[in-house]
Amino acid sequence: MSTTAPTFAFTRSAAEERTKRSLGRRRGIVDRVVTLFCLLATAVGLFFLGAILFTLLRRGLVALDLTIFTAEFAPTRYGDDSLPKGGLLHAITGSLIQVAIATAIGTPIGLFVGTYLAEYSQRTALGNAVRFVSDILLSAPSILIGLFIYQIVVLPMGGFSGIAGALALAVIVVPVVVRTTEDMLQLIPNTLREAVIALGAPKWKMIVLVCYKAALSGIVTGVLLAIARIAGETAPLLLTSFGNNVVSTDLSRPMASLPISIYQQANSGFPDLIEIAWTGALLVTAGVLVINILARVLLRKRI
Amino acid sequence: MSQTDSQAKTPATQPAAAPEGTGFGGMQARSAAAINAVSRISVRNLDFYYGDNRALKGINLDLPERQVTGMIGPSGCGKSTLLRVLNRMYSLYPGQRAEGEVLMDGQNIIAPNVDLNDLRSKVGMVFQKPTPFPMTIYDNIAFGVRLHEKLSKSQMDERVEWALSRAAIWDEVKDRLHTSAMGLSGGQQQRLCIARTIAVRPEVILFDEPTSALDPISTLKIEELIDELKRDFTICIVTHNMQQAARCADQVAFFYLGELIEVAPAAQMFTAPREQKTQEYITGRFG
Ligand SMILES: Nc1ncnc2c1ncn2[C@@H]1O[C@H](COP(=O)(O)OP(=O)(O)OP(=O)(O)O)[C@@H](O)[C@H]1O
Ligand SMILES: [Mg+2]
Repeated sequence: MSTTAPTFAFTRSAAEERTKRSLGRRRGIVDRVVTLFCLLATAVGLFFLGAILFTLLRRGLVALDLTIFTAEFAPTRYGDDSLPKGGLLHAITGSLIQVAIATAIGTPIGLFVGTYLAEYSQRTALGNAVRFVSDILLSAPSILIGLFIYQIVVLPMGGFSGIAGALALAVIVVPVVVRTTEDMLQLIPNTLREAVIALGAPKWKMIVLVCYKAALSGIVTGVLLAIARIAGETAPLLLTSFGNNVVSTDLSRPMASLPISIYQQANSGFPDLIEIAWTGALLVTAGVLVINILARVLLRKRI
Repeated sequence: MSQTDSQAKTPATQPAAAPEGTGFGGMQARSAAAINAVSRISVRNLDFYYGDNRALKGINLDLPERQVTGMIGPSGCGKSTLLRVLNRMYSLYPGQRAEGEVLMDGQNIIAPNVDLNDLRSKVGMVFQKPTPFPMTIYDNIAFGVRLHEKLSKSQMDERVEWALSRAAIWDEVKDRLHTSAMGLSGGQQQRLCIARTIAVRPEVILFDEPTSALDPISTLKIEELIDELKRDFTICIVTHNMQQAARCADQVAFFYLGELIEVAPAAQMFTAPREQKTQEYITGRFG
């Protein structure tokens, strides 16, 4: 039994040549138009980003000096340079404390829930319900989360507190980490999971030793996204940690934070305080940038 | 595949007039060495269901100890399904179930009370696509060993070297053991996966189309490797490549639409199959 190849005309007729050329021309034009639109859109996006960064640097650098990191809030000097210049030490410490606690609480919870969704609850009703709730939480207005914590923590404790602020931020962290953890775990091909199981590994070891490793960069990126998001959150903190003019590390008392300080000083109407607010905004942005760069460097060293 | 085609592909180095083992399509099957009578795994009246879809129908098959069983058959006939019964991979998925008996050491391994991790340490599996873990080459091998044994550092070093040597990849990776396994070529990755499976010291190794994603050189290496491994392991290999089945297998099983049509020593299978369907398949008339 032998097969013979079917015969084709390998040369094009003149008409076919013409169609091909005109198709080619059309594609060329469409290609150029689409490229142009893409470039335009990119340019607009970059322009606004550049403008924001430029303004931030121009206004933020004015008041940036060592005092910002060493002094607490000081009232306006009304242009009298003999009065002490204020700083943001209280806001920086407050933000670091609240963001750190929120991340420490929110990350493991988000990680476990995301793992549950990706590895244990495929197509179960409970899984779908959890995913739905988490997605709602993800897009819930953050003032709502502040209000919620106000109800269940601030009122019973009888006052604003750092821990209430940290909890509100943690509630924001959880759904972000859930989403990225689930997405990243779902990107792992089932063949990899089966290969681990085929060696006789129990499921939890498969998840912890292999899946987390494979999804590590994605999950870390998710946590960083969450940190970047809560570092700039203002609304939920207004109703929870409220703000403070002095450095306070007492979690049961009101605590300052960069976004709230920016909000208060920018609203003050005094030019010298508004300058400090710009510097605060610059610090938040720079902090988020540094976190991102650090993470990239760390991740590149990993496998 | 036509007969003329496959004759053209037969390596010129093969003896021109092989007295036996020259079968359909000019394939060289290994000579009909007696099939080992000792069965390592015995499949009895096995039915398999994906939900309501019956993918295997009344399979009876013995895997002879320290020999290679080749599984052939057209796409979708249930070869992978059978392999995934032998190490209970299907138990990962609710809705998939097996009925009947698969006996190993007198135990029915598809019974519900079987220790799956222990079973899988005895019945290893190598997949179609290489699946290196995202860790170093060393850790890829050590991973499986750590699951089942407590070894000292030097014992583990020895085990890793042994496994990598058995998988014919030691020389290529010995200077980069602590670099990521993701940087290996496809063929190297597949041999790494074989080494990983061997390192656990299983008794049976299942190969599901292990070379279908590889180039001819890597394929050849893995075929040689399988030949080497059968001194110590009972092997089962699914392949779409008839030459490969003929080269590697001692015994060949032909599946069709979820049924085991015929099982015979390789030489006999490729020279004088009993069933019409088998003959049609191995001569490339369908499939
Ligand atoms: N997860 C699944 N769910 C439902 N049906 C499945 C599933 N996997 C396989 N099947 C069905 O079971 C039958 C056997 O599939 P199997 O994968 O064992 O075939 P195969 O012989 O390995 O084919 P191939 O040579 O293409 O790999 C097919 O009809 C297939 O459609
Ligand atoms: Mg298959």
